[in-house]
Amino acid sequence: MNSQSTKRSILSLSSDKIDIRYVAKLARIALTDDEVQRFGQQLGDLLEHVNVISKLDTDSIPATAQVVESRNVEREDEVRPCLDRKTVLSMAPQAQGSFFRVPRIIAEDG
Amino acid sequence: MSNIESAHAVGGPQPSAGGRGAEGAAPSKWEAVIGIECHVELKTNSKMFCGCANEFGGEPNTKVCPVCLALPGALPVANRVAIEHMIAAGLAFDAQIPEFSKFDRKNYFYPDMPKDYQISQFDMPLTQGGVVRYWLEDGTMKECRLTRIHLEEDTGKSTHSGSGDGRIAGSSHSLIDFNRAGVPLMECVSEPEIHNADEAVGYLEALKRTFVQLGVSDVKMEEGSLRCDANVSIRPVGAKELGTKAEIKNMNSFRSVHRAIESEIARQIEIVESGGRVVQETRGWDEVTGTTHTMRSKEQAHDYRYFPDPDLVPVEVDRATVERIRKDMPELPPARFARYHCEFKLSVAQATQLVENAPLAEYFDACVNASKNAQQSVNFVLGDLSRLANESDTPVYESPVKPQHVAELITLVESNTINSKIAKELVGRMWKGEGAPKSIVEKEGLAQTSDPGAIDGFIDGVLAANEKSVADYKGGKTNVMGFLVGQVMKASRGKANPALVQERMKEKLT
Amino acid sequence: MSTVERSGVDVARAVNAREISAREVTDATLGQIDAVDERLGAYLTRLHDMARAAADRVDARIAGGEKLAMAGVPVAVKDNMCLAGTRTTCGSKILENWIAPYTGTAVQRILDAGGIPVGKSNMDEFAMGSSCENSALLQTRNPLDLSRVPGGSSGGSAAAVSAHLAAVGLGSDTGGSIREPGAFCGVVGFKPTYGRVSRYGLIAFASSLDQIGPLTRTVEDAALAYDVMAGYDPMDSTSIDRPLEPTFSALRDDLRGKRIGIVKEFETGKLGAAIDAVYKQAYRDLEKLGAELIEVSLPTADYGLATYYLIAPAECSSNLARFDGVRYGLRVEGNDVGEMYEATRAAGFGPEVKRRILIGTYALSSGYYDAYYVKAQKVRTLIGDDFKKAFATCDLIACPAASSPAFVSGAKSDPYSMYLMDYYTIPMSLAGLPALSVPCGSVSVEGKSVPMGLQLCAPIFAERELLSAAHAYEKATMHYKNNKLDVSLHRAPTGNLV
Ligand SMILES: [Mg+2]
Ligand SMILES: [Zn+2]
Repeated sequence: MNSQSTKRSILSLSSDKIDIRYVAKLARIALTDDEVQRFGQQLGDLLEHVNVISKLDTDSIPATAQVVESRNVEREDEVRPCLDRKTVLSMAPQAQGSFFRVPRIIAEDG
Repeated sequence: MSNIESAHAVGGPQPSAGGRGAEGAAPSKWEAVIGIECHVELKTNSKMFCGCANEFGGEPNTKVCPVCLALPGALPVANRVAIEHMIAAGLAFDAQIPEFSKFDRKNYFYPDMPKDYQISQFDMPLTQGGVVRYWLEDGTMKECRLTRIHLEEDTGKSTHSGSGDGRIAGSSHSLIDFNRAGVPLMECVSEPEIHNADEAVGYLEALKRTFVQLGVSDVKMEEGSLRCDANVSIRPVGAKELGTKAEIKNMNSFRSVHRAIESEIARQIEIVESGGRVVQETRGWDEVTGTTHTMRSKEQAHDYRYFPDPDLVPVEVDRATVERIRKDMPELPPARFARYHCEFKLSVAQATQLVENAPLAEYFDACVNASKNAQQSVNFVLGDLSRLANESDTPVYESPVKPQHVAELITLVESNTINSKIAKELVGRMWKGEGAPKSIVEKEGLAQTSDPGAIDGFIDGVLAANEKSVADYKGGKTNVMGFLVGQVMKASRGKANPALVQERMKEKLT
Repeated sequence: MSTVERSGVDVARAVNAREISAREVTDATLGQIDAVDERLGAYLTRLHDMARAAADRVDARIAGGEKLAMAGVPVAVKDNMCLAGTRTTCGSKILENWIAPYTGTAVQRILDAGGIPVGKSNMDEFAMGSSCENSALLQTRNPLDLSRVPGGSSGGSAAAVSAHLAAVGLGSDTGGSIREPGAFCGVVGFKPTYGRVSRYGLIAFASSLDQIGPLTRTVEDAALAYDVMAGYDPMDSTSIDRPLEPTFSALRDDLRGKRIGIVKEFETGKLGAAIDAVYKQAYRDLEKLGAELIEVSLPTADYGLATYYLIAPAECSSNLARFDGVRYGLRVEGNDVGEMYEATRAAGFGPEVKRRILIGTYALSSGYYDAYYVKAQKVRTLIGDDFKKAFATCDLIACPAASSPAFVSGAKSDPYSMYLMDYYTIPMSLAGLPALSVPCGSVSVEGKSVPMGLQLCAPIFAERELLSAAHAYEKATMHYKNNKLDVSLHRAPTGNLV
């Protein structure tokens, strides 16, 4: 499950080509062949630039996910008013009755 | 004292290794290995990250706000009670509650998931480890370790149309209701330490009982507040490595979990025994055909791109909170079951019935405390009192019959002050609010009489009025004795000591 | 001075004193917008009716004896901020027709204080860009030279304020999106400490970096708007629950006793002689006000850009997933949900947004997460540590606000050259620090003077110190007085400046 922790040297990354079609699939954006070409080139260039951080030794450095140091920001378990359904469904690209409607879901989508 | 400790202290039957081998499911050559993942909706007033009501059902798309509908610009704020429920759930199973925990985003697209990522927990869940102790119908205690319980949010609900049967396969479109989106959900992941369908159901029942008793969830499978998937594989008995697993989905009752696991084990055994190989896949359970079928065959490794949710700050669980929650915890099902079954010698059915009804169990405990007689207490509580409760729709513990009354009644029976018939009558009168049994007995002279003179008087009268029966008895039809004793009891308005009546009657007839 | 040229502070004072009504100020501003915005393109949506209704309510409240901090002050709201009942597009086709059903916290606080929303301002799509050219809906020009860009992403608000189409522009800054357009348009652009202003109702780009702040013609106005907007919001878990010190009342006129750090690594000589001269003069002016200049070092600041272009896209790839055609916004139909998603997002997002979603998705994907995303977070720690060390020896840091003055539209076609514009602003964003840009002079390009901005930066929560120093500098130098609107903005079809 934890494929994210795969250890990988950043030095090896610069030689990697982004599999732009795979990434676009994950991001759910259809790309034209032309875009695959162009974005592939541009993202490759950008990666060359960002790879400069591989020079820094960060082994003992903690990661900063957020600059705020707050902890335990929690709300009381209280019910608050909802939006009314008319407003909610008026935004829908397609509604049917009291529901949002979408085209068929292929099981693989889950 | 912690309830977990008391469970050990009672010294109930030790969990036995291995399965009991449900009939037909796991013949001796093969051992099934099962891990269960459960999603359980937490019982809170409001959703996990917004103030919309956490209620089942209701008009579609009426319990939504900018946050749970993922409108642009909306942000989540965590529900304090949901986090405390998680800590309670973890403590109930002896899990570790790490001091530092955080929320992560699990990224994937699905139309009923508003943000197209789920706020979940990846590497730092609120609880880690733990063990679920449960028992089987024969009273055998079992254990299954938990990997973790983490907190996340539920999705909305899709209804699939156009396929004729509501299934996703073959549907032309889907309709979505987001009322459920954002409801707090705990995901309980077990280690693969379950070996047959009975154990799976026992494990699930233990989760359910515990969550209900803690008040952290209603666990209504029919309302979808408990949903589970099972990872099933088989291996030759004695083998170390795990076989290829299939993940079974769509089981919507404990009964279907049982049936689905048995069917899946049988399917895998058949494949392997006929020289085939089990393929890793997701299989759906079909209630009607009683079989599992392929849902997703080419299992792609999901790339969920987990990362810490920058909209939420970490949770640091302070030890004082943990201790407060621990202190407030009731006696939990495994400990209570062990006490009832092993110490009080109640039957598995009696003990289970009480364990599943915590207030009734507490009432029962008060009766035992006052009477020091568990057997008689359980007879009254699960017998006459529960019958009256059913008839009147009033729980025993809310009736006018107090545990001290029950104890008094037991004393009256034990001291032979009243007989069981009077006891039954007294229960009914106490239920109507007539007060303590002793005072009723005294007021109305219902005490049993064991005075030989008085009893002889009743017997003589009965024998005189039933000459034919006396003759029958003397002619060898000894079964008329019951009738004659009954007549004496009737004449004494139930007060005569039945044992004494029997004894004197025998003497007079021979 | 005409009504529209009045500062926010002056308008609020006059409206509270009933020298002028909020309605009069609003009508004048709306008139100016109608007269010039056709050629400027600052606003995506003009809010005539809403503004007039708000002005009338303010006048009624003033008549009722209330005092309102921003009474009658015309405000441009960047179009990534939800304002109930208004189209809120984020400069994107995917939200082109979306009407927000709720109002974000910062905007609500402005309205409650008597501010008048006159329009929703243009921006780079989803706040990704440094020129406003990435807006999918409108081209905004620099009001001081229409051939140039106004900067971005808050270019619409910067242009509106510079052209007197609002006294206060609300902007959002993720890597420089308030400070750089402020510098380009010759106005003040202020990004508060991360967490000081609630993000509730701000359409997210990169959650751990986004921060709302004002664009104004004077530092006083920036302080006024900040004091109104800032403070804890229970709807935003990352907003900071910590007492707020009012900044407006603490503005000073000198810098005596202040130590100002000049960053060794940000040597301005490499920006060209003319630019170098402007910054050298600015530093001397700070000194003249009584500050002591100290050389400080930010050795890892040079890695800011690389770090930012991993972290911000990673967060954006997830934040922008919700634009899927299911609940709101654009939908392009498909045979199944997957096709619908892909077609909707292909048609709805512009190229820069797609690039960032793709790079961010890649940086988070299996096998690359540690090497890119986690690595960048660690470098983020180093950059923050560098600032902490620097602030041990100085009270404020001064440096350029952008890598160049406003450039000509279309001049930067290569994405990376655009990214470089934010070289000086990104490190502060990564560290969550409050920073602002204040006009500091101009360079002459082809006979036109193009303004430049001095960036000042303070330790977290030191907004008071920061605004106070900027105010002292502004008062002593008055560079914004030299702003001259492009002559073609004067040739208004409906008449001259109101
Ligand atoms: Mg889950
Ligand atoms: Zn909600």
